Parts: sequence; structure tokens; C-alpha cells
Amino acid sequence: MIYQDSKTLLEVRGLRATVNGIEILKGIDLTVRSGEIHAIMGTNGSGKSTLAKVLAGHNAYKVTGGSVTFEGGNLFDLEPEERARAGLFLAFQYPIEIPGVANSHFLRLAYNTVQAQRGKEELDPLEFEDFVREKMKLLEMNPDFLDRGVNEGFSGGEKKRNEILQMALLEPRLAILDETDSGLDIDALKSVTNGVNQLTNKDNATILVTHYQRLLNYIVPDYVHVMESGRIIKTGGKELALELETRGYDWVSVEQRTAARV
Amino acid sequence: MSAVLQNLVNQPYKHGFVTDIESDIAPRGLSEDTIKLISAKKDEPEWLLEFRLKAYQQWLKMEEPKWPNVKYPKIDFQAISYYSAPKPKKKLSSMDEVDPELLRTFEKLGVPMHERAALAGVAVDVIFDSVSVATTYKQKLAEVGIIFCSISEAVHMHPELVKQYLGTVVPVGDNYYAALNSAVFTDGTFCFLPKGVKCPMDLSTYFRINTEESGQFERTLIIAEEGASVSYLEGCTAPKFDTNQLHAAVVELVALDNADIKYSTVQNWYAGDENGLGGIYNFVTKRGLAKGVNSRISWTQVETGSAITWKYPSCVLQGDNSVGEFYSVAVTNNYQQADTGTKMVHLGKNTRSTIVSKGISAGHSNNSYRGLVRIAPTAAGARNYSQCDSMLIGGECSANTFPYIQVRNHTAKVEHEASTSKIGEDQLFYFAQRGIGNEEAVSMIINGFCKDVFQQLPMEFAVEATKLLGFKLEGSVG
Ligand SMILES: Nc1ncnc2c1ncn2[C@@H]1O[C@H](COP(=O)(O)OP(=O)(O)OP(=O)(O)O)[C@@H](O)[C@H]1O
Ligand SMILES: [Mg+2]
Repeated sequence: MIYQDSKTLLEVRGLRATVNGIEILKGIDLTVRSGEIHAIMGTNGSGKSTLAKVLAGHNAYKVTGGSVTFEGGNLFDLEPEERARAGLFLAFQYPIEIPGVANSHFLRLAYNTVQAQRGKEELDPLEFEDFVREKMKLLEMNPDFLDRGVNEGFSGGEKKRNEILQMALLEPRLAILDETDSGLDIDALKSVTNGVNQLTNKDNATILVTHYQRLLNYIVPDYVHVMESGRIIKTGGKELALELETRGYDWVSVEQRTAARV
Repeated sequence: MSAVLQNLVNQPYKHGFVTDIESDIAPRGLSEDTIKLISAKKDEPEWLLEFRLKAYQQWLKMEEPKWPNVKYPKIDFQAISYYSAPKPKKKLSSMDEVDPELLRTFEKLGVPMHERAALAGVAVDVIFDSVSVATTYKQKLAEVGIIFCSISEAVHMHPELVKQYLGTVVPVGDNYYAALNSAVFTDGTFCFLPKGVKCPMDLSTYFRINTEESGQFERTLIIAEEGASVSYLEGCTAPKFDTNQLHAAVVELVALDNADIKYSTVQNWYAGDENGLGGIYNFVTKRGLAKGVNSRISWTQVETGSAITWKYPSCVLQGDNSVGEFYSVAVTNNYQQADTGTKMVHLGKNTRSTIVSKGISAGHSNNSYRGLVRIAPTAAGARNYSQCDSMLIGGECSANTFPYIQVRNHTAKVEHEASTSKIGEDQLFYFAQRGIGNEEAVSMIINGFCKDVFQQLPMEFAVEATKLLGFKLEGSVG
């Protein structure tokens, strides 16, 4: 929701980034204030996940230009784990498996690390068990997933739910959900989006990366951005997503090119 | 290799410092005269001198094994001092008498207080206030008829037992290093469990560390008579330094009918610096004979130190229905080399063996698993299950698996599984994105990987081993 006078959480200016020497982000501008929900849409390979990973600090990507401030500070001064502790959360498009590390152990460590950062109480394994089970209920997740390895052998949809479980535990300031809706069945989509909606409030913000307008019926965005070839080429309200659904991305690019020529 | 992993793996060895402690070095070189001198100094019976000389004669005719997947400069056996037993250690009565240099060393290493004292040679009873742990311990064991002492002491106090069993599991000419050890061993541990006795507590070298120095050629002999059982812990997680570069130990275990011996090791010898300079060469022969029916020999090892590790704790399953187990974690980093594994020799009917080996390599190290499973024609119904997993950290290290399987009985069943995995950049990023730093992430992944082996360790040992591994691969990565 757009609030009057809300604080700027994230400010991206002219961001450029490369991977293996190839420029993927070619000057991104994006401002996210607290309370807002932004959707980023765009063709495959346009750089949506790259933007997410650059913000989270993946070291395969090299920032070659521009600036990003997060809660007023230079984001690039922080190590990836410090960004996470500061409240930047990324739900991965393809969550990786970590065999042998129990999910419950991993979740608790992540939770306690962030709690410690916020000067809040850490939980021992027993207390955490109760706490996490409550959160899982919200997402209609089977508690058996606690005993398995992190994402180990999880189905595509189960991995996505596990990401949102982590979001629920860590209560981030800024959550970037990279195609969390892909791979979810209809019931799962409902419980996951319901979970996300319960977590959003006027002090945090969410960036949804998605290909499907359907998601935006469940989580209603304040802004919709269209990305192409490493740039945001159009920004609008939630109705932009509907328009994209009927007219396709070509329409935006054509409009963009025409505008450029004028 | 990615920057993160490179940094993580290349941090200098935190504890690479030298302590200047007075030591007693005897004349160098090996000959019959040296052996006679050792034997005379130790006031040994004639049969033991003969044992040594026979081993020496065999050793002279043998050659250093070339097959292990390790490289090191040729060892000059004439340059080693074989009578290196230090001058009789004065027993210290308080920590104040301990060489301050040594105390500083322990402090730098973060060795726990009670261990510091034991390692420094302070009588254990001084440390635990009024309660004399060592004495209570010995008394408790004696009450049930268990003999637990140094092998030199056993030679004098229980010569018939030592004579009956010494060299029966690892014959004097078994291999190059075993022959050398048999000729010149200075001391080690002797443990005897009479019929039907279940040892009431885990036996640990801690409790005799202050009374004897075992030197570089250590000899251990453990015998469990019918129905007896024991769990023995060797080594400790505190790093061990030694000016002797070559270590060649021999361990022999004998389990009679229905007896059970569990032998756990945590090895943390100095591994050399990050450039591969220095470090211990550890050439060990460990073998257990499951002699009686339904007997069991179980080896668990956590190998983290030494520049070179050459070690194959083995089981000879002679008794029908006997069981052999080998659980191993071997960690190598920097320029460490490990060639380790096991041999399971099935002779009796329905004998069973399990092998679980976890190799972790980082830096420029090389970690090889070498295992032999041999099923003799007599071993009807024998079964073996082997699982060998390797984990690589970074791109400059290597891991190899050399399984040898010889089956001579068609009713036997042998299964072998192997896997190789890598700690990936994306896994570390996933942890980081949840606020968990690289070092903690690596430690969590490694502990998950080693779980099956750590479960076999006695409780406190498992906790220490977990920390040790984290320590080896995180901060010091040494
Ligand atoms: N390591 C890499 N080496 C070379 N090219 C890369 C690498 N990583 C990403 N790319 C390229 O960067 C571009 C953007 O990828 P990105 O994953 O950000 O796209 P996306 O917008 O998230 O697409 P999708 O909708 O399919 O998820 C793609 O063309 C991809 O192939
Ligand atoms: Mg993507």
C-alpha cells in the first residue's frame, strides 16, 4: 500500500552489473518505500533474477556502475550475510539443496542470527520447534519437512513454500520474491500468498518477480515494472499487469522504441 | 576457484608456532646394537629382544611401500634417533612447576585447563582438587580384573599375556613400518579384559598420558577375553606437536568369543604449514582379530592432522558370525596427503562388515580412500556394505577412491556405494542470504556430511570432533 510520507527503503540508481564480463543490468532505477508492493515482470533472460541476486550480494556478479542505498546506507558496504541480517530477504527462484544439514537446524540458526542482530531473544531447539510449527501451520506445511535436509529432495512447490517459511521466520524489511508463484499448485498459491499478505505491513516492503498476472490477484501490487534487456522500460499501476496479459511484452517494447525515436 | 572459497581455505594456520622445550636426543642410527640398547635400557626379557631382532632382520630385507598415493622425500632411517625416550619425566605436583613456555603454547591453542595439566605431565589427581581421578579410575578397573597400563609395565608385570599375544595380529614382518615398529617400539598401551568383564567406563589414553611418553614408535595391544567388552579412546583433539617427523605405530586388538572391542581415534598431529612445510609423517598399522564366534571389532577414526597419513585399520573376521566395522572421517587441507581406508578379511561363516568412509579435502590436499574387502572360500554367507563419500572444498584439491573387492565364496554379498560432492558457491550464498556467514555454513555442511561417523563416537568425543573439524576448516583451515 502507498502511504503518505513513508520512508524510502531501497533506492537503486543507474545500476549496472556484469557476470563473466557480460553486462546484464544496464542502468536500473527503482525506488521502494516502506509499505509498498512492487511487481517486476519481463521476458525470460531480461535480468530480473540478476537484479535480485545483485541486491542480495551474490559474488558472481560484478557491480560496474550506479548506486544502491538500503535504509539510507550504501548497500554495497555490506557483506551478503550482513544484508540479510539488516533485513534484506531473497526468496530464490531455484532454492538450492543442502543435503545433510537438517532443515530445522538451518532455520533455527538463521532465525537466531537475525534475532541476535535485532537485539531480540534467541530460541533453543525446543522453543524454536514450537515456534516454527506455528509458522508452518500458517503456510499449511507438513512439520516433517523440519527433519529433512534443507530443500533436499523437496518438490518444486515444497521448495517455494520453504522459502516463504523462512520469510515468515525472518520478518524482513524488504523481501524479494523471485517467481515464488511458479510451480505452486492452486491451493499452495492461496496459502503462500495468504502468508505473504499477513507479513506485509506499513514498515516493510515486497518486490514480487513474476510472469503471471494471476499472482497479482492475490497480492495486489502498488507498482508494476516491466524489465527488458537489463532495464526497467515501463512502470505503471496494477492495471499494467492486466494490459501485459492481453497485449504481451512486445507491445511495451514497441511503444518504448517508438517513444525513443520521437 | 571462487574468491570466497579461496579466502576461506587459504587463511594461515593459526597455531603455526614453535615451542622451545628442552628435549633429550640420543645418538642417531639403527643397528642391532641400538636395538640391544633399547631392550637393555628397558630391562626386557630375552624373548622380547629376540622378537625385536627378528623384526629388524626382516625389515632390512624389505622395501618402503611405493603404492600409497602420497609423495614425500626419502626418509633416511639412519638419521633418526631410535632411543628417543625422553629422560624420565619428573612428575610435577602443581601447575606452577610446568614450563611456562608450554603453558603459553596451550593457552594459544585454547587447550582446556584440565587437559593442559595432563599434557604437561602434572599428576592428574592434582588437577581435580581433592578427588584423585586417576587413582579411583585404576582402582575401579582393578576391582573387575582389568589390566590397563603401559606396555613396558605389562612386559614386566604380565609377561605371559604379552608374550602370548604380541605380534599375533600384526606379525613382525607384516609390512615395512610394522617391522620397524616391532624392532624399535619404545612404549604404548596394554589393556586386558578377562572373561565376561564389561569395562565400566571408556578407557582413554588421557589417564596415563602423564606417566609415560610413548615416543614415535608406539605399540598398543588390547585383548578382550570371552564375553568381555571395552571402548577405548585414543588421542585427543588438542593439537599434538612432535619434533620427530616419522611416526610408525602398531595397534593389535584380539577379541575372543562374544567379545567386543570398540576403538576410537581422534588424530590431530601437526600437519605442516600452509605451504606444506613440516608436519608429521604418520604410518600406522592397526589391525583387529575377531578371533572368536560372535566377536566384534569396531574402528572409528577422525583423522585431521599429519602431513602424511598412511593408515588402514583392519579387521580379520575369523570367528563365525563375527562383525567388523570401520567408520572414518579424514580431513586434509593445504598440502596434506592422506591415503587411508580399511581391510575387511572375511574368513568365518556369516561374518559381516560395514565400512563408512568420509573424506574431506580442501586447499591443495590429496585424500585417498583405499579399501580391501576379501571374502575367503570359507566365509559362506559373508556380507559387506561399503560407503565411501568424498567432499571437495575449492578446486585445487583431489579425492580418490580405490576399492579392492575379492570374493571367493558365491554365497557372499558385497555392496559398494560411492559419491563425490562439492561445497558450492551457491550453497554458501544461500546460507549468507539467511544471515549465516561462510565459516559457519561450511562447518554445518561438513558436520552434516560426517554425521554417520560422529554418531559412532562416544558422546564427548563427538562434540570435540565436531568442533575440531570446524576449526580445521574455518579459521585456521590448517
Ligand atoms: N553466469 C552467467 N554467465 C553468462 N550469462 C549469464 C550468467 N548468469 C546469468 N546470465 C544471463 O543473464 C541474463 C539474465 O538472467 P536472469 O536470470 O537475470 O533472467 P530472468 O529475467 O530472471 O529470467 P527468467 O524469467 O527466465 O527467470 C540471461 O540471459 C542469462 O543467460
Ligand atoms: Mg529469473
